[in-house]
Amino acid sequence: MEMPIPDAGALSRRRQLIDGLRAIVPGEGVIVDEHELAAYESDGLTAYRQIPLVVVLPETALQVASILKLCHALEIKVVPRGAGTSLSGGALPLADGIVLAMGRFNRILAIDYADRTATVQPGVTNLAITNAVEARGFYYAPDPSSQIACTIGGNVAENSGGVHCLKYGMTTNNVLGVELVTIDGEILRIGGGALDAPGYDLLGAVVGSEGLLGVVTEVTVRILPKPETARALLVGFASNLAAADAVAAVIGAGIIPAGMEMMDRPAIHAAEDFVSAGYPRNVEALLIIELDGPAVEVDHLVQRIEAIVQDCGATVIKTSTSEAQRLAFWAGRKAAFPAVGRISPDYYCMDGTIPRRRLPEVLDGIAEASTRYGLRVANVFHAGDGNLHPLILYDANLPGQLEAAEAFGADILRMCVRVGGVLTGEHGVGVEKRDLMSEQFNEVDLCQQRALKTAFDPPGLLNPGKVFPLLNRCAEMGRMHVSGGALRFPELARF
Amino acid sequence: MAEIIEANSEAAVVEAIAAAAAAGRPIEIRGAGSKAGLGRPMQAGSCLAMTGLSGVTAYEPEELVLTAWAGTPLAAIEDCLTAGGQALAFEPRDLSAVLGGTGLQTLGGVVATNLSGPRRCVGGAVRDHVLGLRAVNGMGELFKAGGKVVKNVTGYDLCKVLTGSFGTLAAFTEITVKVLPAAETEETLLVLGQDAAAAVRLMSQALGSSANPSAAAWLPGPLAGRSEAAGLSGGGAATCLRLEGFGPSVEARRRALLDRLGSGSQVVLLAAEGSRRLWRQLRDLLVFVPGRPDFALWKLALRPSDAPALVERLSRLDGALPFLDWGGGLAWLGLPCGDDAQAAAVRDAMPAGGHATLVGAPAAVRASQPVFQPLPPPLAALEARLKGSFDPKGILNPGRMVATA
Ligand SMILES: Cc1cc2nc3c(=O)[nH]c(=O)nc-3n(C[C@H](O)[C@H](O)[C@H](O)COP(=O)(O)OP(=O)(O)OC[C@H]3O[C@@H](n4cnc5c(N)ncnc54)[C@H](O)[C@@H]3O)c2cc1C
Repeated sequence: MEMPIPDAGALSRRRQLIDGLRAIVPGEGVIVDEHELAAYESDGLTAYRQIPLVVVLPETALQVASILKLCHALEIKVVPRGAGTSLSGGALPLADGIVLAMGRFNRILAIDYADRTATVQPGVTNLAITNAVEARGFYYAPDPSSQIACTIGGNVAENSGGVHCLKYGMTTNNVLGVELVTIDGEILRIGGGALDAPGYDLLGAVVGSEGLLGVVTEVTVRILPKPETARALLVGFASNLAAADAVAAVIGAGIIPAGMEMMDRPAIHAAEDFVSAGYPRNVEALLIIELDGPAVEVDHLVQRIEAIVQDCGATVIKTSTSEAQRLAFWAGRKAAFPAVGRISPDYYCMDGTIPRRRLPEVLDGIAEASTRYGLRVANVFHAGDGNLHPLILYDANLPGQLEAAEAFGADILRMCVRVGGVLTGEHGVGVEKRDLMSEQFNEVDLCQQRALKTAFDPPGLLNPGKVFPLLNRCAEMGRMHVSGGALRFPELARF
Repeated sequence: MAEIIEANSEAAVVEAIAAAAAAGRPIEIRGAGSKAGLGRPMQAGSCLAMTGLSGVTAYEPEELVLTAWAGTPLAAIEDCLTAGGQALAFEPRDLSAVLGGTGLQTLGGVVATNLSGPRRCVGGAVRDHVLGLRAVNGMGELFKAGGKVVKNVTGYDLCKVLTGSFGTLAAFTEITVKVLPAAETEETLLVLGQDAAAAVRLMSQALGSSANPSAAAWLPGPLAGRSEAAGLSGGGAATCLRLEGFGPSVEARRRALLDRLGSGSQVVLLAAEGSRRLWRQLRDLLVFVPGRPDFALWKLALRPSDAPALVERLSRLDGALPFLDWGGGLAWLGLPCGDDAQAAAVRDAMPAGGHATLVGAPAAVRASQPVFQPLPPPLAALEARLKGSFDPKGILNPGRMVATA
């Protein structure tokens, strides 16, 4: 993984930077010691590591604003960081940049049950929001598997999803507003006061921007009433094709389940070996279909789905009749990653999305590549929305295996794009998929995105080296710049 | 009269905008023109008519995805979806009755204006359903944003930025939207005689409960009377809660709501057809029709809990008639227009965090008053830079959103 060459000038200003930061954040909030810095050297994509120049842990938006002003003045790069669970290297430090760690922003600021919103600081974990409101019968819907650890600030930056986003949407559909600090130290309020904000949808741009546009210092989310009941079906099939057909048939029948997950044979076996969830071992594919809502509705839909999957040739159908059983159905799926971790020293999780009907051929392609690279693969899959998570098994201690796993992963993502899908459904581009962006977007597409970056962050100091290929230079960009702060053609009305 | 350029292909859109850019000449982007009266009036020497770029190019019900050329009539898309048992969950509005026009509107116009219907408070806005776009920026460059699958976080979400940009950032050529199953059935509970405060309380409780209404509105007496819904001719106010979904579920949730209301309330039940008619009237603002000739229409966005006080403050304005949608998160206000649509008083009445859009008024009023809520200077500066990143010469729909400096 190639990162931009560290800027010698920035490295030489380290002393000045540290003094400046200490003046803003007193006490333990500025970390400079090599051993302590090592705690921040990587995120959830552990294959890549880099010791940052300095780590700073601010506590207030004003401190963040001062830090960004200082970095702007000293031309120092800034990598925002939440819990560091990103799977795409979004929070990977830079040798010549600071890590702005948001962990101290850990307070829930306001909960408004009448308007069904919660306003929290960005370092609050995803699950802590639900914990704070569940006594009153509410929850925060997007539920990444990492929800006990990942922060809402990280969720906003990555536009994270989870198994329930099929019915309830991604982070972007559940966030109403943010407070954002820009690189010039301006503290902006974007949305938050109503369902729609005036002007351009800046909030829509910020969510999913992977820390490249500004630092989020406050988030207002929608909270929803907790569904009365939930039941799950565990359905086995003799082929991936039959399982994919069943998913299409359920949606075609007008039913959007709360979640619809699929696992292939290697994933089923790994999970069953690990947690004994009661999964059938003699099937090629397994679906977990969850329905939630009023009991009457859930029971009604369970019956309809039982009939649909039967028609699609299901060989095993189990329906949960108790909460314990529902959780048992999920136990295997939830343990799929660690289960795979048990049978292989390392694994690499991919995240492409495809049009669902292309699933059989994509799974065939993955199987073929698995043979070609000599690496095993287990597939778990947010089947309802076509988001694939192939887990490539490898051993980083064997020379060449990491590179082989990366090449295999890149092949899978190219295949996703080729069949009409995209590189990432929920984990973000980060450094991981940066150089594959040109598979999905042409030069003009990428330059239009970079122009948005320039509008928010003219000096390009926020999280550089992420999302965009290093080689994409945007020769055209000069044209889009507002030179020296002055708009060209001032005589023309703007918008 | 502006020169009309008919865009019959993507290449024609590129050509027209590139030529305008080269000449530094402003150009208006126009769909069916149904919302031409929304926004500031503008003068452009040429007008790019998008209605020729029409047709659904892909519809895959099981993938929940539909792709169409931007000039496709909304009605054609809705017909297509109805045949597949699906719908646009954001319930696009047809404002032709209040703004004029024939009722013809294009998908491009719907996306460019981000006007979402009653289901928005639970089902999301237009912007939540736009998955991918092909569009031509102010330099005449064709680019794409987003994708054609329901789940995608690759790169910046430019689709959100472009949705609701009123043709000032780019001309859309092709649009991919997320579509969802249409509700199997629906019905509406009308609770009669509540004032705004009681109504908002009820709507918030209902929206915060597993009764899960898909729309919640409050009509004051005079507007309720105009709705022609059964039981609303008595002249009293009505709180309207719509339940949608599978038959047995709707029935169970209705019973839960009725239990919650208790026997003290006066309740009318509208079955499917009556419910559909009422929400069409609210969606399309037909309760303001027939309006007076001297009529201004405002769209006020706010937090629901601020709605009762807003209604109270608005009642002091001359001839003001507001009704609440989105559980109180949206107020539609009709009032005598006069010279200025009572803009200062309306914006004064807004609670902190809310914002007001002048949706309908004569052109002279829309030229003299900000149509969209003026933004604080740092946000306005950022938006100007954003505009510049798509349209550095400022040729696309100049002046439509913000007046020339
Ligand atoms: C075991 C495991 C399971 C996972 N499951 C899922 C899943 O089901 N669905 C899913 O979508 N993801 C999943 N993830 C990925 C990850 O948890 C999410 O991307 C999460 O949102 C990252 O949050 P974080 O707080 O850890 O952010 P970090 O990893 O610290 O940072 C992520 C990105 O956000 C930026 N950032 C962080 N905070 C801010 C801020 N305040 N302002 C601006 N930018 C900021 C960073 O610069 C970086 O680019 C999983 C990860 C793991 C390790």
